[in-house]
Amino acid sequence: MERHEYDVVVIGAGGAGLRAAIEARQQGKRTAIVCKSLFGKAHTVMAEGGAAAAMGNVNSSDNWMVHFRDTMRGGKFLNNWRMAEVHAKEAPDRVWELEAWGALFDRTKDGKISQRNFGGHEYPRLAHVGDRTGLELIRTLQQRVVALQQEDEKLHGDPEAYIKVFAECTVTRLLKDGDAISGAFGYWRETGDFIVFDAPAVVLATGGIGKSYVVTSNSWEYTGDGHALALLAGAKLINMEFIQFHPTGMVWPPSVRGILVTESVRGDGGVLRNSEGRRFMFDYIPEVFKDKYATTEEEADRWYDDQANNRRPPELLPRDEVARAINAEVKAGRGSPQGGVFLDVSTRLPAAEIIRRLPSMHHQFKELADVDITKEPMQVGPTCHYIMGGVEVDADTGAASVPGLFAAGEVSGGMHGSNRLGGNSLSDLLVFGRRAGAGAAAYVDGLAKRPAVTGLDEAKAEALAPLERSGGENPYEVHHELQRTMNDLVGIIRKSEEISEALQVIEKLKERAKNCASSGSRIYNPGWHLALDLRNMLLVSECVAKAALLREESRGGHTRDDYPGMSAEWRRRLLVCAASQDGDSISVEEKIQPSMRGDLIGLFERSELEKYLTEDELAEYDAAVKES
Amino acid sequence: MTQTTADSAARKQRAQIRVRTLRTDRWWLAPALTFAGLLLFLIYGVWATFDGSYFTDPYIAPFSSPCLATSCPEGARLFGFAPFGDWYTLPPGILILGLPGGFRLTCYYYRKAYYRSFWLSPPACSVAEPHGKYTGETRLPLILQNIHRYFFYFAILIGLVLTYDALLALVHKPAGLGTWILLVNAALILGYTFGCHSCRHITAGRLNHFSKHPLRYKAWTLVSKLNARHQQFAWASLFSVMIADLYVRLVAKGVINFPFA
Amino acid sequence: MGYKAKFRIWRGEGGEGRLEDFTVEVNEGEVVLDVIHRLQATQTPDLAVRWNCKAGKCGSCSMEINGKPRLGCMTRMSTFDEDETITVTPLRTFPVIKDLVTDVSFNYEKAREVPSFTPPADVAPGEYRMQQVDVERSQEFRKCIECFMCQNVCHVIRDHEENKPAFSGPRYFIRIAELDMHPYDVAERKESAQDEHGLGYCNITKCCTEVCPEHIKITDNAIIPMKERVVDRKYDPLVWLGSKIFKRQR
Repeated sequence: MERHEYDVVVIGAGGAGLRAAIEARQQGKRTAIVCKSLFGKAHTVMAEGGAAAAMGNVNSSDNWMVHFRDTMRGGKFLNNWRMAEVHAKEAPDRVWELEAWGALFDRTKDGKISQRNFGGHEYPRLAHVGDRTGLELIRTLQQRVVALQQEDEKLHGDPEAYIKVFAECTVTRLLKDGDAISGAFGYWRETGDFIVFDAPAVVLATGGIGKSYVVTSNSWEYTGDGHALALLAGAKLINMEFIQFHPTGMVWPPSVRGILVTESVRGDGGVLRNSEGRRFMFDYIPEVFKDKYATTEEEADRWYDDQANNRRPPELLPRDEVARAINAEVKAGRGSPQGGVFLDVSTRLPAAEIIRRLPSMHHQFKELADVDITKEPMQVGPTCHYIMGGVEVDADTGAASVPGLFAAGEVSGGMHGSNRLGGNSLSDLLVFGRRAGAGAAAYVDGLAKRPAVTGLDEAKAEALAPLERSGGENPYEVHHELQRTMNDLVGIIRKSEEISEALQVIEKLKERAKNCASSGSRIYNPGWHLALDLRNMLLVSECVAKAALLREESRGGHTRDDYPGMSAEWRRRLLVCAASQDGDSISVEEKIQPSMRGDLIGLFERSELEKYLTEDELAEYDAAVKES
Repeated sequence: MTQTTADSAARKQRAQIRVRTLRTDRWWLAPALTFAGLLLFLIYGVWATFDGSYFTDPYIAPFSSPCLATSCPEGARLFGFAPFGDWYTLPPGILILGLPGGFRLTCYYYRKAYYRSFWLSPPACSVAEPHGKYTGETRLPLILQNIHRYFFYFAILIGLVLTYDALLALVHKPAGLGTWILLVNAALILGYTFGCHSCRHITAGRLNHFSKHPLRYKAWTLVSKLNARHQQFAWASLFSVMIADLYVRLVAKGVINFPFA
Repeated sequence: MGYKAKFRIWRGEGGEGRLEDFTVEVNEGEVVLDVIHRLQATQTPDLAVRWNCKAGKCGSCSMEINGKPRLGCMTRMSTFDEDETITVTPLRTFPVIKDLVTDVSFNYEKAREVPSFTPPADVAPGEYRMQQVDVERSQEFRKCIECFMCQNVCHVIRDHEENKPAFSGPRYFIRIAELDMHPYDVAERKESAQDEHGLGYCNITKCCTEVCPEHIKITDNAIIPMKERVVDRKYDPLVWLGSKIFKRQR
C-alpha cells in the first residue's frame, strides 16, 4: 500500500484547506493537501458575493466591533463569541494578504479594495471581484501553493518537498494511536488504490453536507466527509440543527434547481415580488430588526444612494428571514409559476449596469434557463446552502477535542451561531484556515514522538466491502431516498412528527447502505465512491435530525413549526453530537455556552440584548457594564 | 494527477478515436468561404495591378494609388510628384502594393484566416490538421510575421493617401457616385487600419498603468472598439477596395458612363 | 417534454476503448451532464465523468460533445434535435483515465513553470493602490475556471503531441499576460513567454477563444498583446536601437 509521511495532512482543498496548508508549510511543516476533486475545483468557487472584512475602505465608520456585532446578531447570539471576535479582527489582514499573493479585487476610486453591501452587514464590507469572488480566492490560494512549491524547488530541487497536493483522493478514515490522531486512510479515485498518510496532525476542511438534500446549491463533494470523519475519530459536532437555506436558488429548469443566485443581486438593487407584484419583504420584518430596516418602498429605494440617512431595504435581511418569507409566500399561493418568487433586477438597473455588476448571474440564467435577467425577472426559491454546525473546535487554534485533529471552514462549528451572514464564509475560511494551520504546526512542534498508525486493516475492509458484494442495494437509490427524506422532513420548516419520521427512515437507510453493492472495477468508479460517501451522509443526517428534534425553539437556520418562537433559555444551550463506539449511532447532549466576555457584551445596547438573553444573563451584563 | 504510483503504458494514452473529427456541423463551410474570398481578391489584385486604366479625373483606382512614377498621368500623381522619375515603366501599383499587401498578409486576423483556409492548420476547431510537423511562428519565414507593426505604419500612410484621393474627388465631383464609393472605401480602410492589434498595442496596450496616461488610455479604448470588429473591417475593406478599384477602372474604360458616375 | 435520446459515449480504461450506444430519457430543461448522471443511476453505475458545481463555475465537466469541447453542465439538451445521436467523448489532447475522465496533469505541470506574482519588495499587504482601469485587463483573465478546453482544442498540442514540452498553451498565456499587465508585478515575462513557454507556436487561429466557456478573449486580449510585447523586446529594431541609445545616455 502506498504510504506517505507528513507533519500535517489537510483534508480538503477549498479556501480553508489551502489557507491551512499554506500556513503549515510557511511554519516549516511538511504538508499534504488531500482533496476529492482536481486542485482548484473546490466548492469555494461557488461563493459569489465576497469576503466580509471591516477594512473601512468604503465607509470609514466600519471596524471590527461593528462587524462583530453584525455577526452575533446574524447568528442570533448563539455564536461562539471568541470565534466571532477573532474573525472580525483578523479578516482585513487575511484579505490584504491575498492581494500580496496576486488577487485582484475590484477597486474604489482611491485605488483601495472596493467593498459592497450585503445582507446583515451594517456597512459596505464585502471585498469582491464582480460576482466571482470565491473563484478569485481559490485561484489566489492555489497560486500561492504553487509559489511555495516554486520556492521549494529552488531550495531543495523538489517542488513537492514541503507541500504536495493529492488530488482526486478521498479519505475514508482517520487513523489513531490511542487517543491521538496518527494519520489518514483513503483511496485514489483515479485508480481505486489505497493510500495511507502517517501524520500526527490532520486538519479537516471538507466543507458541508448539502448533498443530503435534493434542492441544494452544493456540489457532489458536499457529503459531510469531515463531519463524519471527526465523529468516527471521537470528536464532537455542535449546532448541527442549524442549516442555512439560501433564500435565492434557481427553481427552474428542474435540473438546475437549487443553484445559487447571489445575494449581490439584492445588494445591488434587486427586489423580491410575489405573483401579485407586491414587494412582500416589507411584511416580514421581524421584531428584533424593526428599527434597522426600511418600512416603505420609498425609503428602501433611497437607501441605495444614501445609506447614511435611510434604513436598508428588507430584501437585505439575514438569509434565514428572507428564506422563510419566500417559503411562506409560496405556501400562501402567491408564488411564481414554477414554485418560487420573482427576483427582479431588470426594472431596477440599466441592462449594461446589470451585465457589468452581475456578469456570472447574467451568464448563468442565459445559459441554463434561457432567461435574460436584464429584461425579465428571475424565479427563485430557498436552497440548502450551508451548515452552521460542525466540529467543535478551540477558537484560537482550531483544535478539536481529539489530540491532533483540527478543523476549519464550514466543517467547523460555532463561528456563525444559528445563521451565517453572507460574506462571512470566505473570511471565515481565511481566518480560521490560517489559525488551524498554525495550530496544527504548533501541535506537531510540541510532540515528543510521532504516533503510530493503527486500524489499517479495518479501514481497508470497510472501503472494499461495496465492491465485494453482488446484487445488493443500488447506492444511487439509497442516496435519492435520503435526499428526499431530509428535504421533505428536516428541511426549512420542521415539525416534531416529521423529524421523528425522518429518523426512522434514516435507520432503515443505514441498513440498506450497509448492503450497497457497486459493480465495475476500482478505477474511477462513481458508484463505488457514492457507496462509501453514503456512510458519511447518513451519520451527518442523523446528527441534523436528532439535534433538530431536541431544540424546541425557532432560531436562525432552525425553524420549528411547533415551536415558532425564539427562547432565551435555549440560546445558551448548544447541542453536541457524538458517535457511539462502533460508529453506528449518534447521541446528542446539551452543553452550556460560556458567557460573553465583559468588553464584548458591552458593545451591545441593553435594549437589543433583552430580545435574546435571560434575566440572569442580563444581570451579568449590567454588572459587566458597571465595572467598565 | 500528482500521483506517484506507476502507470501502465495503456493508461498514458489518449482516446484512440480514428476519425479526424466527430463534429457533425458544417465546419468546412467557413474555411471554404474564406478560401474563396481570399482567392478572388488575389486574382483580382493581379489583374488590377497590370491593368492600365487606373485614372479618370478626379478618380484614381485605389490599387494604383499613390501613383509615384512619371508614367502616371499628371492628375494621378500624389501632390503632383513623381519621385520615381521616368526610368520606371512598370505598372505603378507594383511600387506600393507591397505595403498594404504586407499589412494584410501579416495582420493577426488574416493570419487566422489563411492559416485555417489555405494551410488547414487547423481547418476548423477540433478538426485534425493534415501536417505531420508544426512549429508555428517560431522560425523563418513565419517569424517575420512579427514585423506587422512596420506594415501598420506604412498602412497609415496608404490609408491617408486613399482618404486624400477621396477628398480630392469630393472637391472636384461631389455628386459623383465614384466619389462616394471612394469615401466609403477610405472610411473602411481607416477603420481596418486603426483597429489593428499593433495599433492597439502602440496606443496604450504596452502600458501597465492606464490611469497614469489618460489620453493614451482613451485612444486605446477607441482602438479596442474597432479592434473588436477587426474581422468585419478586414472583410468589408477587402471588398470595398476591390469594388472601388473596379468601379474607377470601369469608369476609366468608359464601361460605366452615366452622368453622375 | 420528455423523450428518449440516443447517446454514443466513449467507454474504456486508458486509450483503448470504444463508442457505446445508449438510449436514455431526457426531461425538459436538462443538460448533457444530467443525462450522463441518469445513465449512471439507471444503466451504467460505473460510467466515469468528472463534475462538481453543475453551474459552469468550476470547469470540471469538460468533454467533447459531437466533436466540440463543451462543459457538460452548460450544454442544454434543447440545442439538439430529438432524433439526433449525441456523441460524447473525453478530451482528446490528454490521456484517458477512464471513460470521460482524462489525466490533465499536463496543465498543472505547466502552471508550475510560470513564475508566480512577484511584487516589489517594499510594498506591504494593505498598501496596494491600484485603479480599476489598471486591473481590469488582468481581471478578465482571472475569470478562467481552468476547464482546460482551450488547452484541449489548441491544435499545437492536440495534433502534435511532440510540441507539449515546448508549449504551455492558451491557459498559461493568459496567466502570463495577467501577470505581465499587473500594475505591481516586476518579473520579466516577455522573453520567457517566447523562449520558455512557446508563445511563438501559436498561429492565432483562435480556437481557444471559440471554446472558452467564460468568453475570455484569449487571443485578442492576451496572446496578441503578449506577442506585441515580445516584439518590443525581441524583434523591433527601432525599439532595440532606442533602448541602446537610451542606455548609453544613462
